[in-house]
Amino acid sequence: MNDYIVELKNISKIFGDKAVLCDIDLSIKQKEFVTLLGPSGCGKTTTLRIIGGFEHATTGDVYFEGKKVNDIPPFKRQINTVFQKYALFPHLNVFENIAFGLKIKKIDKDVIQEKVKEMLRLVNLQGFENRKIDSLSGGQQQRIAIARALVNEPKVLLLDEPLGALDLKLRKGMQIELKKIQQRVGITFIYVTHDQEEALTMSDRVIVMSEGEIQQIGKPEDIYNEPVNRFVADFIGEGNILDGCMLEDFSVKIQEKVLPCVDKGFEKNEMVEVLVRPEDIEIVRENDGMMKGIVISVIFKGVHYEMEVKDELGFHWMIHSIHMSKKGQQVGLVIVPDAIHIMKKGA
Amino acid sequence: MKKKWLSIPYALWALIFSIAPLVIIAVYSFCSRSPYGKIIYKFTFEHYRKFMEPIYLNVLWRSLLLAMISTVVCLLVGYPMAMIISKASLKKRNILMMLFVLPLWTNFLLRTYAWMVLLRDQGPINQLLLSLGIIDEPLKLLYNTGAVTLGMVYNFIPFMVLPVYSVLAKMDECLIEAAKDLGATSTQVFLKITLPLSMPGVVSGIIMVFMPAVSTFVISDLLGGGQTILLGNLIQNQFLVARNWQFGSAISMIMMVLIVIAMTISSKYKSEDGGGLW
Repeated sequence: MNDYIVELKNISKIFGDKAVLCDIDLSIKQKEFVTLLGPSGCGKTTTLRIIGGFEHATTGDVYFEGKKVNDIPPFKRQINTVFQKYALFPHLNVFENIAFGLKIKKIDKDVIQEKVKEMLRLVNLQGFENRKIDSLSGGQQQRIAIARALVNEPKVLLLDEPLGALDLKLRKGMQIELKKIQQRVGITFIYVTHDQEEALTMSDRVIVMSEGEIQQIGKPEDIYNEPVNRFVADFIGEGNILDGCMLEDFSVKIQEKVLPCVDKGFEKNEMVEVLVRPEDIEIVRENDGMMKGIVISVIFKGVHYEMEVKDELGFHWMIHSIHMSKKGQQVGLVIVPDAIHIMKKGA
Repeated sequence: MKKKWLSIPYALWALIFSIAPLVIIAVYSFCSRSPYGKIIYKFTFEHYRKFMEPIYLNVLWRSLLLAMISTVVCLLVGYPMAMIISKASLKKRNILMMLFVLPLWTNFLLRTYAWMVLLRDQGPINQLLLSLGIIDEPLKLLYNTGAVTLGMVYNFIPFMVLPVYSVLAKMDECLIEAAKDLGATSTQVFLKITLPLSMPGVVSGIIMVFMPAVSTFVISDLLGGGQTILLGNLIQNQFLVARNWQFGSAISMIMMVLIVIAMTISSKYKSEDGGGLW
């Protein structure tokens, strides 16, 4: 027996004549917080719906605790879902919403009372039992939706962009709270979002998807620091992506300059793609840098300035720095070996 | 508020053709009657008291009963229909809706006459059954309560399907998925989610079928052949045949009160439940 709770094997899904998912292989561990991250239309919600049983895969198998569950309907799976628009039942009050699943299972009334109370405590909404759904704010509805799913003690909780409708501040608060709830109840969360920051903040592992395929699976740090290809590098965070040439181990040529780096194992003179994060570039005096350039725009972003520097070959470098340079100023750029990330072409 | 004057044409219309006649009927219903049927402006309860006689109460009861039966049949037939239409693909949905509304564009009388043709002794239904040897002599399909109920159901069923459909079509599919996700079977989803959430439509449908059904006189006249006297026929008779406008007005008032009561009950029910068509 392995300790994977959910496994997808060779999952493909075709709607009409459009392939939404191709050959998805995915294993999710017990108690893991996994995020499916990707732009809209990348197939992340479809993947979630296949796990939940709302959608059938065209080919491939879904395993739950090692057992094939392809044809098990949603109501028989030990999985619950928090829907994008919460999907709370408007004709029932908070208590009845949370108790819905328990009542269907014909659980003792006193036990239901107790469990609902406990859930409301978990999501910090004690005393809301008799409130009507439409009297709640978006954030509160969100919590009720989570409570309604968790009260059934599922082994896996699916969350489909649950914070999408909340404002930024509330969203950040809920991100931390969701992570806390997950750690407290100790079950697997599978989370879908297009917000890379959300994914990095909460997840144990992030699965980056694009056009129905998995691009990369890894810890948030790995995804950010070691993206496997241009898409991931571009989608997660901001970055300067250039063509380069690996001259030998630990040495890459970009923009006609040979720079030391920490990557190895490429062929001699292999063409590669190079990622440099904007916060990893240092602006120095014109003659002290590895490259020269001219500042062409400066935008204040709060924590830092976002500056665009055009180098001698015309590439626009995006640079984040807490020190401001003036527009039109001639500057030098320093990129330390650690800041250079080499990606194989076409990966 | 500036556009208040825009409502003047309608207000005038309502005043002349709805409110004024209502007032006149209300006044007539309390007026005395000369031996030849002239209106005498002298207050009396006589017409209302007359209505309390068993023969008229019987008519009231029969009207209510028939209207209730047709409403229930409309609900039982119309609800599944509305559900099927709301679940169909957009293209199919339009075609189905069209088929449903199409008969409404032909004249109400024509449709009812068509039923007379279908149901009579030499009509196609009896002909078919006879030729198949299922029956030996024509069934009495026309001129009975069954025919009247059939006519009501046929004529009023769109008024049940439309409001129920509009509520079901607006219902968020993810509520149903959420219920399934929480362990509900299809039957449980229907009983706990779909049905309660469609109640505003059902209540609207019930009113929209019940009200015309309780007051109809053409259907009972044509398909009931004068055998089934309903409130509507009674009123019609009082005005056109018996020339007792006072009594006709009194019956009209009673019917109006019944309808207002029905509407109040239903609107109360809906405001408690949130949403609704009116």
